[in-house]
Amino acid sequence: MNRDNLSGIFKRLTESRIFLPILALLLILVFDVIFIPGFFKIQVRDGNLYGRVIDIMRNASTVMVLAIGMTLVIATGGIDLSVGAVMAIASSVAAIMMNPTIIGVQLPPNLLAFINDPNFTYSPLWEVILVTLVVCTICGLWNGMLVAYMDIQAMVATLILMIAGRGIAMLITNGVRIQIFYEPYAFIGQGWIILPFSLYIVAIIFAITWLITRKTAIGMFIESVGMNPKASHYSGVNEKRIKLLAYTFCGLCAGIAGLIASANIKTSDAFNIGKTIELDAILAVVIGGTAMTGGRFSLPGSLVGALVIQAITITMYALNVPAFALQAIKGLVVVFVILLYSEPFRVFLSKITSAKGQQS
Amino acid sequence: MSNMTEEHLLVEMKGISKSFPGVQALENVDFDLRAGEIHALLGGNGAGKSTLIKVLTGVLKPERGTIFLQGKEVTIRSPQHAQELGISTVYQEINLCPNLSVAENILIGREPMKRGVIDWKEMNTQADEILRRVLGIDIDVTRLLGSYSVAIQQMVAIARALEIESAIVLILDEPTSSLTANETQQLFSVMRKLRGEGVGIIFITHFIDQVYEVSDRITVIRNGRLISCDETAALPKMELIFKMIGRSITVLDDMEKIKQDMVDKISEESVLEAEDLGKYEWIQPMDLEVHKGEVLGLAGLVGSGRTETALLLFGIDNPDSGTLKIAGRKVRKFSPTNSIHLGVALSPEDRKEAGIVDDLSVRENIILALQSGRGWFKHINLQQQKKIADEFIKLLDIATPSVDQPVKNLSGGNQQKVILARWLAINPQVLILDEPTRGIDVGTKAEIQKLVLTQAEEGKAVIFISSELEEVMRCSHRVAVLSDREKVGEFSGDVDEKVLIETMAGSVT
Repeated sequence: MNRDNLSGIFKRLTESRIFLPILALLLILVFDVIFIPGFFKIQVRDGNLYGRVIDIMRNASTVMVLAIGMTLVIATGGIDLSVGAVMAIASSVAAIMMNPTIIGVQLPPNLLAFINDPNFTYSPLWEVILVTLVVCTICGLWNGMLVAYMDIQAMVATLILMIAGRGIAMLITNGVRIQIFYEPYAFIGQGWIILPFSLYIVAIIFAITWLITRKTAIGMFIESVGMNPKASHYSGVNEKRIKLLAYTFCGLCAGIAGLIASANIKTSDAFNIGKTIELDAILAVVIGGTAMTGGRFSLPGSLVGALVIQAITITMYALNVPAFALQAIKGLVVVFVILLYSEPFRVFLSKITSAKGQQS
Repeated sequence: MSNMTEEHLLVEMKGISKSFPGVQALENVDFDLRAGEIHALLGGNGAGKSTLIKVLTGVLKPERGTIFLQGKEVTIRSPQHAQELGISTVYQEINLCPNLSVAENILIGREPMKRGVIDWKEMNTQADEILRRVLGIDIDVTRLLGSYSVAIQQMVAIARALEIESAIVLILDEPTSSLTANETQQLFSVMRKLRGEGVGIIFITHFIDQVYEVSDRITVIRNGRLISCDETAALPKMELIFKMIGRSITVLDDMEKIKQDMVDKISEESVLEAEDLGKYEWIQPMDLEVHKGEVLGLAGLVGSGRTETALLLFGIDNPDSGTLKIAGRKVRKFSPTNSIHLGVALSPEDRKEAGIVDDLSVRENIILALQSGRGWFKHINLQQQKKIADEFIKLLDIATPSVDQPVKNLSGGNQQKVILARWLAINPQVLILDEPTRGIDVGTKAEIQKLVLTQAEEGKAVIFISSELEEVMRCSHRVAVLSDREKVGEFSGDVDEKVLIETMAGSVT
């Protein structure tokens, strides 16, 4: 009886959407426990927590934010390749607002002296954040218009902004990397309140997105559109507007990720910020159990997916894998993780669980 | 003499039977094809035409029966094997590569080579020659196939089938459904030319007129059984339609009674009123009126404009003429969302494509339209969702292990009921049902027919569309007849079947 229950729970567990991502993460962490001494050591300094596990979460925060937006886009059956470029735009907009001298805005001489002062900003912080996010939301809106209303394939439509976005980011700053000195801004990416500040941002976005999708009808509509757009349309779901919403929201998420990333390195680097990060975000969503074909999605899964990717990277650093070999080895591990999702492994898994059921 | 005909038989299928779980798709069907003949294969949706063709082309293996090809018994193992034997199919959706040139499409896999590379000049000459000689058409073979009309693409497919695969049996599956009148004629002249050269052609279509125009013999299949095989010249059009539609003997007396009782209750008040409503090249302007408590049947052959009418009334498409009033209010914005607000529901013809969302649960499928009518934020909470779903699962007797079962795991009949539940959940004033009984078993069919009547009895206005005439007549108080995308008549429900068939067929010769 008890064993019956147990195997039932086990079966439910293995069939749940979040099971495989968590299994993948656990496997990597178990590896770390065995082979890397002190991997889980956490230090307390000035009341804040530091350590490799904290690093994993902190470094994963940009990808986590992106993955939340990307999850919704992929669930509608689409893809957004432009998030990395939108991050670059975000960093440029934010930087130029804090330090506009580069585009020829004349500062009064009394302010000019303060340009390198960690407490100086040309526009107040709330204005910087608001304008940046509005610009990035418009970028998402643009993608959404192309995909939903112009019927352009998502990959092609978002490729446009992926290519043009970095150019736009360069144009905004006149081709210059702007250093950011303003400390309150840097806090977004570097600050700690017991835990890294960026993690609180992730938590808030996750909570809001979860509420919006699961406590309203939007989540079901997104899934419905991803599974069968025609039937959704026939059932009165405005599938164009749903797609527009998903891409717009994804743009907003990319904007937030851009703020975090540029605050972390304290420059606007149109070339390098968010470079190829769109692929990490997509991978995180896939590892998280949302199918590229659209339909059912899992926001917690995508977060775990982002952690998996970052855990792999940090593990490589800890093992002193040389930087030039990092990508190749990361690729190998990803292949292994993705194999966990393959049909043969699923069959294997269901065999184990049903065998357990028979024993009892 | 009998020896003579034997010799001329290209294909002979004898006693073919094939069943799928729960359905006898073919039962003891005979079919033959002579050399130099165009043989039309007719039957309603789900009659078994495509199963028969799939058996002949090696896609499906029959449980019983034998196939003779030019007098020799053969076992067709696979589509490739069928092609090797000389049986080629040209599908409606053409199986060629639109972004290769015409010449490449014809000669792919047999490219003429010169010093190890493709001899393009020779290839184009050969392709050009094939098209001229075999089909008598003259086009620029270096252009991309996709730049030509569907008709030309089909002919290229035919040329490839005949010349490269050296086909002697050519199966044309709905070849004219996306062709204009001119293109159809073009295709027919090619078909006649091939017939003259001894090719046997199996012609599958829904267009009765075309059958009379081009075919030599007609075989009718219904419910997996061979109904008849006649010389075209000896089969009057009316009789053919009669054979295709058929009349089953199931008498549902109580339904007849409900229907009669209801007649008095039909109110004067019209819930749906279309005036001159139409759309260019889609459906001719028509007047249509449905009263509260009434079932209006739409009869007509496939392609007559029944579905188009339904889509227009539900706002999937915008009309370009006329007006539509729902409960006296003029419809200004044609969209499914607006229709839901006005209380118009449509259970679409294509259940798989436009009906169910197959990975969503039964519960989500049922509340989908209700929720989209309410918008994004007036969320129906899980408890209410379950309650609504349970209520309709009980009402319609939907067989599902739980409300959270993905709807794709249900049988066709139960999926159909889920779609009906989705629309009943919004409590519509107008219920449009396009082929709600297609492809489902007899028992469920009767249940759905009865549902149609009870829904009307509760005061809804119902539009009922079906290919089965008998069913339309049994359920409807009035019947509007469509032919060639035009409303051609309107009758009361107890009209003589013959009159309906005559009207459906248009001008009877």
